[in-house]
Amino acid sequence: MEFSSRARQRHLKLAGDRREPYPHSLQFYQEPPTESISLAEFESFAVDRLRLLKVVENLGVSYVKSGDAYKTKLEAELRKLKFPYRALAEDDYDARRKDHISHFILRLAYCQSEELRRWFLQQEMDLFRYRFHELTDSLRQKFLDHVNLSFEAISEDLKNELSNELYMSTPGLSMSKVKEQMFYKVGLSDAVDLFRARRVFIKDGFAFVPLKDIDAIVLNNYRKSLSKALALTARSLPSIQSDERLQPLLNHLSHSYVGPDYSVQKNTGKISLEHIDALSVKSFPLCMRQLHKALRENHHLRHGGRMQYGLFLKGIGLTLEQALEFWKKEFIKGKVDADKFDKGYAYSIRHNYGKEGKRTDYTPYSCMKIIMSNPPSQGDYHGCPFRHSDPELLKQKLQSYKVPPSGVTQVDDIGFSLNHPNQYFAESQRILSGGREVKKEPNHLGNSQQKNNSQESVNSNSAPTSSNTTTDAELEGLEAYFTED
Amino acid sequence: MAPFEPAALPELLPVFYRRLFPHGAYGRWLGYGGVEKNYFQLREFSFTLRDDVYVRFQSFGSPQELEKELQRTNPYKIDIGAVYSHRPNQHNTVHLGAFQPVEKELVFDIDMTDYDDVRTCCSSADICSKCWTLMTIAVRVIDRALVEDLGMKHRLWVYSGRRGVHCWVCDDAVRKWSPALRAAAVEYLSLVKGGAETVKKVNLSEPVHPFIRRSVSVVEKYFEAYALQGQDILGSPERWDKVLALVPEEHRELLQSEFPKKRDSVQRWELLKGRMERTRRLASSGKGTACYADWEVMLQYCFPRLDINVSKGIGHLLKSPFSVHPKTGRISVPLDVQRLDDFDPFAVPTISSLCQELDAAGDDTEQEDGEETEPKRRMRDYRRTQLAPYVKAFEQFVEEMERGRRVERLRRSDLQGEF
Repeated sequence: MEFSSRARQRHLKLAGDRREPYPHSLQFYQEPPTESISLAEFESFAVDRLRLLKVVENLGVSYVKSGDAYKTKLEAELRKLKFPYRALAEDDYDARRKDHISHFILRLAYCQSEELRRWFLQQEMDLFRYRFHELTDSLRQKFLDHVNLSFEAISEDLKNELSNELYMSTPGLSMSKVKEQMFYKVGLSDAVDLFRARRVFIKDGFAFVPLKDIDAIVLNNYRKSLSKALALTARSLPSIQSDERLQPLLNHLSHSYVGPDYSVQKNTGKISLEHIDALSVKSFPLCMRQLHKALRENHHLRHGGRMQYGLFLKGIGLTLEQALEFWKKEFIKGKVDADKFDKGYAYSIRHNYGKEGKRTDYTPYSCMKIIMSNPPSQGDYHGCPFRHSDPELLKQKLQSYKVPPSGVTQVDDIGFSLNHPNQYFAESQRILSGGREVKKEPNHLGNSQQKNNSQESVNSNSAPTSSNTTTDAELEGLEAYFTED
Repeated sequence: MAPFEPAALPELLPVFYRRLFPHGAYGRWLGYGGVEKNYFQLREFSFTLRDDVYVRFQSFGSPQELEKELQRTNPYKIDIGAVYSHRPNQHNTVHLGAFQPVEKELVFDIDMTDYDDVRTCCSSADICSKCWTLMTIAVRVIDRALVEDLGMKHRLWVYSGRRGVHCWVCDDAVRKWSPALRAAAVEYLSLVKGGAETVKKVNLSEPVHPFIRRSVSVVEKYFEAYALQGQDILGSPERWDKVLALVPEEHRELLQSEFPKKRDSVQRWELLKGRMERTRRLASSGKGTACYADWEVMLQYCFPRLDINVSKGIGHLLKSPFSVHPKTGRISVPLDVQRLDDFDPFAVPTISSLCQELDAAGDDTEQEDGEETEPKRRMRDYRRTQLAPYVKAFEQFVEEMERGRRVERLRRSDLQGEF
């Protein structure tokens, strides 16, 4: 198997010194592997890395990335999947090789669309950041030298001249530290993250970065080169996709781990509008319950709320006719007259059901999507209360919904992993109708996940669903056109 | 000056585009010395025509072609977009995804309506000489940072025509900046955060970054005249309550009780400021924490508020310099950064006043040599009007860039060892 678009002349001698091709546990993946491997290994490497990246994604949502919980869990996963986890491990060759090859395979699968690229880039960056931090100072310096990242260290004189500004601009450094540590003159485009947050001194278009912050720059470099590489790979893709053995594998990889997306309504028409209020209390996850309540109270919801709640209702089985009736009845109680509803809002409801425009049948949002995109602002009721609400407010709300104090703090195990509001609904209904056993009582369902700013850990999800890959940016633009929020 | 009537635009615009618009300098600006191939041809322009007809993806083979088109269609408004990968007027022939914006100037848009929560004199589209100072402060703060911190050289500041200012940063390297870098620049330059629900929009803590310090010293120069006298922000209990809401509780009560005893905003400010400075003095000798509420108030009331969306996207279109504002009739003229404090937005010529000036001077031209070329006549034309100093400022800007390019060329050839 050769990546002929970027194959280099040099052959990696695998027989000889096994450490030579991989002198460091960390790499920038600048050169593609040139050896031959079996299809079985091809697939298993790729699947393992995908598992790893999914874990990286979930841990990143549930824990603070610099915290101990995150680090321990990620290390455990790396170990389990046999990827390099210790920078100093001597006999790491196999893990490093796997790391190298699997990265390049996933590039093939994840270069194909903007959304896939963005996802892959984000997880690879988080993974790299973790591994870079695990390096000791000397290993870090060695790595930097190895990848030829040239930073211009500033002279002592210049540093003395600027010492006050450097001290004022660089959080976490005392004056004495400023005097001892090396500072590097770096272009603005290399120090974007430090620059944007004003965590570095800037003069004449250059940032003066201390050694301790070099990692942000390294990460930035990595992001840039990987981003470019993905774009390049996308262009060479046709030749690879023509290989029949690889095509199905690559397709499977970029769509894998899709849990049920609740787009096919098996129970269409089984919900009647009169039941929704009661259902919202019994079986809706907190986010949807909140949205429903706001809709009833204000006779209106903004765009973000209409999308999140509207698609959820579709997922639980509301037909298009029911949805139109539901929303219209409510909006008319408010400031919208029937005519206006039919002209504007009705169109977008039909759009959600795939009856207009591109005729894509939009899928209800998974928890990941709700948490990660479109944070709510003033006047919005969408989002995830466990993520977007003030912790005190959330506690109060849960108490008012009659959850006993024990349920409000950590809950260990609800017997299944929760990553989709419609999944919550389905499971809740199943339990209420006596179809399933659970360790805790039904009332506590859904109050099981809680993340607040002080990093309480969450029931770790094991089978992540992939986020909604439809390009609904278009839909949103269309929505906005019809409304006047 | 004659009052401007929007209905007169169809008559005035042809005169404007024929005799007043500085096509020459404009073309030289956007050609950027022809250093990059087809730079002008790949640039997107958009026009707003009569009856709100809006056309995008206009592009031209040369500045002369643009000039002819302007004189043919007489647009109400001109916007400048990005330099694309392909000629914008052929974008439909390019397959999806391949037509991309590649480069553009880094632009900023500062709009007076973003300050409505801190203006007492006007709101929304209105401006007056009192609140215009906010724009002066904004230009000074931002421009200082662009030059000293970000190392930028070629900045064109322009009056938007009604209630704000725009900045076009034209340095070669900056035009290539990615959206991420542009967004980062805006974030670096932002200190006022939060919408209607946020009471306190500026929060400072130690160590205070030099950018903030330097910005505060710019704001300080204007604060007394603008905020204490002009806006009178501490002039009544209602007003000073708003200010005190930004001050930490431990100081509020005392100030609340002392304020009524003082005569005016200036005195009250002295009290507030003095108290804050004291905390900082004590803190530096190890007693207590420093409080920067006085800075925070100054910044909340005066610091520039940028719209990140305008600056972030490479493809974003922005009103062109020397475009006419369809509602006020005023021309979007360049600002002279050296004489910013003298700028009066109400003295900016309108298209109708300019045409009137031309009419008045019109008798002379008939006696001139009829063989004159069009550009020459145009040069004499705008010189007879109030547009003259603005065109001159624009030409100087363009010349400065051309000078820079010459210097760069010499430097390169030196490096290559040519003797």
